[in-house]
Amino acid sequence: MSLPTGNDAAEVRAKLAERRRSGLKRRHAAERRFRVFGRLAIAIGLFFLVALLYSVAGKGFTAFQQTTITLPITFSADVIDPDNQRRSDQNLLLTANYPLLVQDALAKTLGIDLANKAEMREAMRMISRSSRVELRDVVLKDPGVIGKTQDVRLLAAADIDSANKGQIDLSVPETSRRVSDQQLAWMNELKADGRLKTSFNTGFFTHGASSRPESAGIGVAFVGTLYMMGIVLVLSLPLGVASAIYLEEFAPKNRLTDVIEVNINNLAAVPSIVFGLLGLAVFIGFLGLPRSASLVGGLVLTLMTLPTIIIATRAALKAVPPSIRSAALGVGASKMQAVFHHVLPLAMPGILTGTIIGLARALGETAPLLLIGMVAFVADYPATPLDPATALPVQIYMWAGEAERAFVERTSAAIIVLLVFLILMNLTAVILRRRFERRW
Amino acid sequence: MHVFLIIVALVALFGAGGFFAARARALALARQGSTRLNSRPVHHASFVAIVTVVPAALVMAVWMIASPLLIGAEIRKDFPESVRLEPVSQQSLTFNTVTSVAYGLRQLSPEARAQVSADTDQLRQVLARNGIPLAANPPAFVLQSAERMNALSAKSSYAMAAIVLAVSLVSLALAYRAVRPAFKARNSVERVVLATLLIASSIAIITTVGIVLSMLSETLRFFSQVSPIDFFFGTVWDPRFAAAGEAGSAGQFGLIPLLAGTIYISLVAMAVAVPIGLYAAIYMSEYASSRLRAIAKPLLEVLAGIPTIVYGFFALVTVGPLLRDLSAELNNLLTGNYRNFIEAQSVLTAGIVMGIMLIPFVSSLSDDIINAVPDSLRKGSLGLGATQSETIKRVVMPAALPGIVGALLLTASRAIGETMIVVLAAGVAANLQLNPFEPMTTVTVKIVNQLTGDLEFNTPQTLVAFALGLTLFVITLCLNVYALYVVRKYREQYQ
Repeated sequence: MSLPTGNDAAEVRAKLAERRRSGLKRRHAAERRFRVFGRLAIAIGLFFLVALLYSVAGKGFTAFQQTTITLPITFSADVIDPDNQRRSDQNLLLTANYPLLVQDALAKTLGIDLANKAEMREAMRMISRSSRVELRDVVLKDPGVIGKTQDVRLLAAADIDSANKGQIDLSVPETSRRVSDQQLAWMNELKADGRLKTSFNTGFFTHGASSRPESAGIGVAFVGTLYMMGIVLVLSLPLGVASAIYLEEFAPKNRLTDVIEVNINNLAAVPSIVFGLLGLAVFIGFLGLPRSASLVGGLVLTLMTLPTIIIATRAALKAVPPSIRSAALGVGASKMQAVFHHVLPLAMPGILTGTIIGLARALGETAPLLLIGMVAFVADYPATPLDPATALPVQIYMWAGEAERAFVERTSAAIIVLLVFLILMNLTAVILRRRFERRW
Repeated sequence: MHVFLIIVALVALFGAGGFFAARARALALARQGSTRLNSRPVHHASFVAIVTVVPAALVMAVWMIASPLLIGAEIRKDFPESVRLEPVSQQSLTFNTVTSVAYGLRQLSPEARAQVSADTDQLRQVLARNGIPLAANPPAFVLQSAERMNALSAKSSYAMAAIVLAVSLVSLALAYRAVRPAFKARNSVERVVLATLLIASSIAIITTVGIVLSMLSETLRFFSQVSPIDFFFGTVWDPRFAAAGEAGSAGQFGLIPLLAGTIYISLVAMAVAVPIGLYAAIYMSEYASSRLRAIAKPLLEVLAGIPTIVYGFFALVTVGPLLRDLSAELNNLLTGNYRNFIEAQSVLTAGIVMGIMLIPFVSSLSDDIINAVPDSLRKGSLGLGATQSETIKRVVMPAALPGIVGALLLTASRAIGETMIVVLAAGVAANLQLNPFEPMTTVTVKIVNQLTGDLEFNTPQTLVAFALGLTLFVITLCLNVYALYVVRKYREQYQ
């Protein structure tokens, strides 16, 4: 191909330059678009994170406050113990008609005629039905209170609690909301008297499962979680570290160790629910361990966490340079001594980081626990790991299925607590890594 | 239980005693100084402790597994003729009653026990008061069997105590005598430690074998009641829970609708996660300043650390209602009718939220792989005048493609096995349809559904969960193995 000359050539060159310029423009536009897509992707990811946290936190933080109503309860002996038999009959104080006391106190405080059944019923709906238990506990603690009048702080019913926190839309007609105008009027009256207050909700941290949102708490689930995490830590850390040491430092390269290695990588990716099926079939079906027990939960989570710890430990051991091993062997240590006295201590920070991350994953795991029956309704603290228990994520799952509005608040609050723990654990892992990071 | 604790404490005590005695002896030998010790005192001490504890513990373990079986057989042999003619399930029911009566008797005070033995009618009330409910007042032979069982187990546990302690003491004495300068204690101890390490690392294999065996056996039981063809090719899922104790209520267990739902939801999730995750990874590894990377990368990885139950809740109370209301508004704009066309629980809700969960998996896996592409390729391309995005699109990505495919397969296997999001957001109706705005259900949802509750593993309704679990296990295992193979093979190309 011959090059054009003269005017022709100038024209062609101009055309080429033009094409290059427009082509360059197009290419630079494409470049900019590509960058924008990249930024957009990161922005969307972060937006989802913020939206998730905001939605949970916004719904949940109100649950840390709880409305209570203080009523002057007259522990009338006529109601609790009309025939004065409380010394001979132990069940008497347990089964007395405590709601009647609340009713009397309410009638007196709000000035309602006791004979007005409809109005009385409406007023009673303002107080949580758990007031029966609260009053019973007061009396059981000190039977001397019978016959006296005492101010008792009672939980407000969930709807009153919501209304007091401003979560109920008051603009809708009275018939289609859960709090009546009369109740609102009483509420304001009580508030003006200083009887209706909101305070920090300690019950949320100490109570167990309850069908009433105002008296439901995460205390019992938390204890179950602690038991499980304890079992996971005690079993998975030594087992995981031991097997990682074997595979990394001692194992001969043969079929068996190859199989073990592939196996561990695969186990790390097996769906968690399959571990639940394993626990159900082996621990409960075959070994006959009790259902719903935190022991079984702990064992299942241990099997799940092991691969994570093994993989992290192997990475940490691999990061220790061979010169350390050679030096130890050179001064006459056995292979075992070199590993346990020199390599392992140097790898410890990495091992701990991996362990914490594994535990954090186990802490949030729900699916396998559903299968081994930890969805039971548990209202009492488990005394041993063999007692029926539940765990924090499972409690969240159960509350998420409740229809009542007030449970959404509780669920979100429980999630906040769970996330706080996860963040603390991950932070510890990051700090550990920073603090002990060593460049060879 | 008491005896058990006492034995454990005593054996531990012997071990500790052996440890210190051997250490003292080794130190004394070393101080004599006539010959050098082959091993350090601590090795001698550990050797003695190990020899004292391990054989005794093994004997005890074997005893504790074997003796209940032997005692059980002995008790069954004494059942009256009428019981022994009954079917096996009925016999084991009787045997369970005996076991719980025996347990209850052990809880009673001696006087109460004597009283109960004299008057069988009281047995049920007395046991109920101790927290052991019985369905009916047991026949007299049950009480006799229970008493005999208690006597036998008491005898067995005393025998065990004697033998275990004897084994422990004898081995202590033998090991202590072995503490001599020439004895290679270290080698023996290290062999034991090595064996322990090997056993620990075989737990992974045991777990896998456990998963496969337990699921396989229950699955085979399921297939003995329902034909595998109906399971794998059936298009109707209708398990029809039977009323308690009512046998033979056949349901339809078609896998296809569940599998379709699982794959559909995973596809939607991947459609959300792959572009976002991939672009984020590219930007992070090719463009971002180190400051942005230091902030954005850990923040995105927070998404990976959030428990999936939280995502499920987010889908249930935020995303689902949002989509539903949005669709109602949209419908209003288009047709003037406030009917929502997206259900709150739908393929779309579950898919979007699961996609959010998967973003960090895609991005951090692909980040690794993009970073593994050697810089010389980029430099060459840039040197020829390509822009950065052209380099990425035409050079880096094709080079990284096999690895990224592996990463996406791993992500897909996660999506298929995910449970909590779909349990809360996808619905329970096993529909076989194509509309992403309608609820569908997945394999994992049905596993949870079939197994929550207090059920026995003898009906197809519960056993089907194991068949579903095995299917899920096999699918994700194949994906994982293939993905690991691809990722590993690709990595080696540049090393």
